[in-house]
Amino acid sequence: MAEEMIKVSVWRGDAEGEFVEFDVPRQESQTVLDVVTHIQRHVDPTLSYRFACRVGVCGSCAMTVNGKARWTCRSHVSNVIEDGRIEIRPLESLPVVKDLVVDMTDFFDKWAKAKGSFVPTATRNDEMAEVSPRDKQRRLADAGIECIGCGVCYATCDVVKWKPDYLGPAAMNRSWTLVNDVRDGGNEERIRAIAGDDGCLGCHSQQGCVERCPQKLNPTMAIAGLKRETIRAAIKGKL
Amino acid sequence: MENVARSETWLWLAQRVSAMVLAVCVIVHIATMIYAVQQGLSTAAISARISGNLMWLGFYTTFVAAVSIHAPIGVRTVLLEATELPQKRVGLLAMLFGLFILVLGFRAIFGLYGMSL
Repeated sequence: MAEEMIKVSVWRGDAEGEFVEFDVPRQESQTVLDVVTHIQRHVDPTLSYRFACRVGVCGSCAMTVNGKARWTCRSHVSNVIEDGRIEIRPLESLPVVKDLVVDMTDFFDKWAKAKGSFVPTATRNDEMAEVSPRDKQRRLADAGIECIGCGVCYATCDVVKWKPDYLGPAAMNRSWTLVNDVRDGGNEERIRAIAGDDGCLGCHSQQGCVERCPQKLNPTMAIAGLKRETIRAAIKGKL
Repeated sequence: MENVARSETWLWLAQRVSAMVLAVCVIVHIATMIYAVQQGLSTAAISARISGNLMWLGFYTTFVAAVSIHAPIGVRTVLLEATELPQKRVGLLAMLFGLFILVLGFRAIFGLYGMSL
């Protein structure tokens, strides 16, 4: 019996480029990352792509597969193939470096802009903070903490596409975990950073990020929380 | 930058609050329309109830004011997201649109209030 093949279209180039077709042998339990790796190892070693862990931990292998942003390592061919074909493009809304590799600088700069780093309030001489796992704020922070920064939500978000300065779901999900961290002291500045149309108020609650997040997080809910905090700050005159 | 975020936040809040007012106004307005049609009220009967009635004047004044706040803020957002127009130009266009609705609305209200058949 002839070997079953997958017709794979892969983006080659940067902003300017074209799709190139490859035939890749179909295998059992094959992931899209396996497909890309096969092309690079056996057909065209000049193909550029990014990966590290291969098991959904590192967040580096996200690409657009048949039109949807996904982790390629955790996307089985059997779940994404359409009429024997797979189209693989780089993530949307980020500049393409080469082939399937995007420049994530904007994405991570926005985490910094959204004040996504912890601002300590205690010193090493203080007692360890006690935060109960049942505490309401702790549970809200926990809900968003498992983000691994893969960029799938960012590439899916329509508002990011329309407004390049919009902070995006991942950065604001991070802010929300810190807003709910009782040990953090940076909230006044953080709320000022995420207020306004380029911040939480730009979100239309379309929930593409929720739909596509491989970690099943809910950035829309986080942004809704930030909206409430922003309004509270505005009313108190703290914006 | 801070001031921009602050004014955008107040615009956002104004749009949400006006939406809440509109939700009530639209229901009352549509219920009244349905009632008027079902009862077969004539233009004269409607005019008799509305003209000179301060309650209806107050209601529709609130309605028009809420629309004039709500709609231009939404138009501003749409223009900012869908066009390349600079922010200041968009603000001006939205404000003109708001004024246009306000004038049309009050023209209708005072027309009804002062109408006698």
